Amino acid sequence: MTQLVIEQALNGLQFGLMLFLLAAGLTLVFGIMDMINLSHGSLYMGGAYLGAAATHASGSFLIGMLTSMAGMAVIGVLLEITLLRKLYQRDHLVQVLATFALILIANEVVRMLWGSKPLMLNPPANLAGPVELLGFSYPAYRLLIIAVGITVAGLLYLLVTRTRTGMWVRAGASNREMAEVLGINVRRLFTGVFALGAALCALAGILLGPLLAVQVGMGESILILSFVVIVIGGIGSIRGALIGSLLVGSVDTLGRALLPTLLRSVTAPEIARQLGPAIASILIYLLMAGILFWRPQGLFPARG
Amino acid sequence: MKRSRRIVLEACLLLAAIVLPLILQALGEDFYISFATRLLIFALAATSLNFIVGYGGMVAFGHAAFFGLGAYVVAFLMVAGVTSAWIAWPVALGVTALAAIVIGAISLRTRGVYFIMITLAFAQMIYYSIISLQVAGGDDGLPLIQRSTLSPFDLADDTTLYWTTLSLLAACLHALQHISHSRFGRALAGLRQNEVRMEALGYPVFRLKLVCFVVGSTIGGLAGALLANQNGLASPSLLYWTQSGMLLVMVILGGVGYRYGGVVGAITLLGLEEVLGRFTEYSHFFIGLVLLAIALFSPGGLASLRGQRQ
Amino acid sequence: MITLLQTIDLKRHFGGLWASNGVDLSVESGEIHALIGPNGAGKTTLIHLISGTLQPDAGQLVFDGHDISRQNMHQRVALGITRSYQITQIFPQLSLLENVRLAVQARQHEWGSSFRFWRPASAEFSMIEEAEEWLGRVGLAEAAGQLACNVSHGERRALELAMALATKPRLLLLDEPMAGMGPEESEHMAALISSLRGERTVLLVEHDLDIVFRLADRISVLVAGRVLLTDIPTIVRAHPEVRQAYLGDEVA
Repeated sequence: MTQLVIEQALNGLQFGLMLFLLAAGLTLVFGIMDMINLSHGSLYMGGAYLGAAATHASGSFLIGMLTSMAGMAVIGVLLEITLLRKLYQRDHLVQVLATFALILIANEVVRMLWGSKPLMLNPPANLAGPVELLGFSYPAYRLLIIAVGITVAGLLYLLVTRTRTGMWVRAGASNREMAEVLGINVRRLFTGVFALGAALCALAGILLGPLLAVQVGMGESILILSFVVIVIGGIGSIRGALIGSLLVGSVDTLGRALLPTLLRSVTAPEIARQLGPAIASILIYLLMAGILFWRPQGLFPARG
Repeated sequence: MKRSRRIVLEACLLLAAIVLPLILQALGEDFYISFATRLLIFALAATSLNFIVGYGGMVAFGHAAFFGLGAYVVAFLMVAGVTSAWIAWPVALGVTALAAIVIGAISLRTRGVYFIMITLAFAQMIYYSIISLQVAGGDDGLPLIQRSTLSPFDLADDTTLYWTTLSLLAACLHALQHISHSRFGRALAGLRQNEVRMEALGYPVFRLKLVCFVVGSTIGGLAGALLANQNGLASPSLLYWTQSGMLLVMVILGGVGYRYGGVVGAITLLGLEEVLGRFTEYSHFFIGLVLLAIALFSPGGLASLRGQRQ
Repeated sequence: MITLLQTIDLKRHFGGLWASNGVDLSVESGEIHALIGPNGAGKTTLIHLISGTLQPDAGQLVFDGHDISRQNMHQRVALGITRSYQITQIFPQLSLLENVRLAVQARQHEWGSSFRFWRPASAEFSMIEEAEEWLGRVGLAEAAGQLACNVSHGERRALELAMALATKPRLLLLDEPMAGMGPEESEHMAALISSLRGERTVLLVEHDLDIVFRLADRISVLVAGRVLLTDIPTIVRAHPEVRQAYLGDEVA
């Protein structure tokens, strides 16, 4: 049991860190530009496909990863300059319409290029096996994800909290007019934030690729999870996104793994078998509804 | 548009909609009767969402919950042996209304973006609850062994189902028209424009919004009950968030707050899907382009190209 | 004179700042009572507390013998307390007439509930007539059909006053009704408020001291979240502490 809990806690941490890569970009775009970007999940899907294709072509996972991050950053910049920039000042509903349209387009483009069947993406060969860890074995690849996740999350945190650029970003998130008065080039800042967000999406996409299927529509479910994360954490707050990601990642993973067992100890097996998965899959939504009920602005509101 | 002209136009459209299945039968294109029914059902669903979004000013991103619940209640009752629409449909409405009261009462504590997200959260909860229940058929959904019976009418006949749907849509549009000009509807108009002022005038703001939310959601449940009959299946995809997104897109496409916004949006979107589907495997690509163009160049939706917002 | 509203040791803080730090104020029935004081003295906070926009941290609010300290805004409106805002709060996309009609409709105890779904509101002629009367009262009868977003700032402020009046308040709270107005519009508004004397009880926050001294029956001076004194204008004007704390040389 203890081993199961530790293993699942690690899985939860790993999933939470990947969610953070998505949520970080989403929360900044949302917080600074007041923009609902439903197509954020499509960047993640695009990153996974691009990464898988580049890995196959080059034979190197690392090259695949870097190519996909660079490629999606470029696509992100193009998207921001040609289209999304025009939507910042618009109504949320128009943003929903336009970015939902982008989801449709992105899914079809991916289908045109790679077909409807899921792509296979293998983890690097030397990381495919398990490693011994505190007396039990744990997949090496998942440890890599955790390591990369912690590194990137740390760097991002430092970038936002310790650097001048980060200060601009935070100023923009909490008070946009003020940022403009301070003479920050908000336009360029937006483009930069968007490119960074897209690259992080791509990173999450290719890292999760070997664990989940690389397929059309993979962005939709994770998009909603990312929204749950940033709403829990407070829109526009990097710290909130981090805490929210880890919360959602671990609650979801641990809930799915442990809840059926726990229920079996208190109710009839048949009921536990039915209810366990049902409750486990809605836990994070219950969490979000609960948090919004008691703290309607999320845990760490970015705006005063 | 002048009132009298409008009434004439509406009467003509209604007449055309009534005789449409007869024409299709005469042309031997019976398949399109089912398709037309589907259009009307989605028109009803989008209209009900437009009532919440456009009239009540609440951007709800969880309409699929009510749409799907209506469908599942009918399917459940069918499994339990209740085939009569006279019982099953009102029960579906009742269940949807109840769910809407609970979800609305909690969600309306938040506003703006947070309201969008909390309604989404509730819808996802219902989605995951239903697909994990084996009695609900899990991922496969719950098939209907037959259509509901609506004696003395024979719903098994596609044309009758079409006319039933058309009557319900017409009745709802008529009712919403009355509501929008009533005291309640005017209060909603005030709410949409300035909630602070409504509060200061002493309106029970929370209750007004809740009633609007429940009315719209319940009509969404009715649309779901109809769709289960038309599809012969209560499918989990009806409950998924992309369905909420689709309905919202229909409303925005048609025109938020316009009387026929939901109808125009649903017919345009599903019509495009059908027509493009004949020429290309990638119809959603082109639909995406159309939606993008609307978002950029006519953000008020198609209905804003002519006519006044309610 | 009967006391209509009394606040007893009313307190409200924001963070470390006590915006209201034990306000004792009484407003007599039928008077025009002005509230003056330097910026940050807590005038608007007090309006928020009395109207129910904010809840007090401590203290009591007594309105017409009832303790209303814990009632929410719409319960207080039902008892007869209506407020206006510094920033005009109207319905921009509705006609002036519809703006006021909605205010009339809000009086549920007279007209019945707003939860009526069928009959067109445009067929409720007595409601509309009353709305027209209120518009006439503030000099906007001619503009009744225009959209509120299309009329001048002064007209919008007058519209807001008409809406407040249409709720038939026993106590009308006006938060800087002349804010942003030119001299002519201010005079018009002052005349309107003056015409309410004896008919409505008014509690008025206003920066233009000329107008305040002309208009008010009594004035309360608020300094640092407390009432320094309450008296008739001539005495307030002459009071040394007031001159020092607030007026400075302005009226010397």
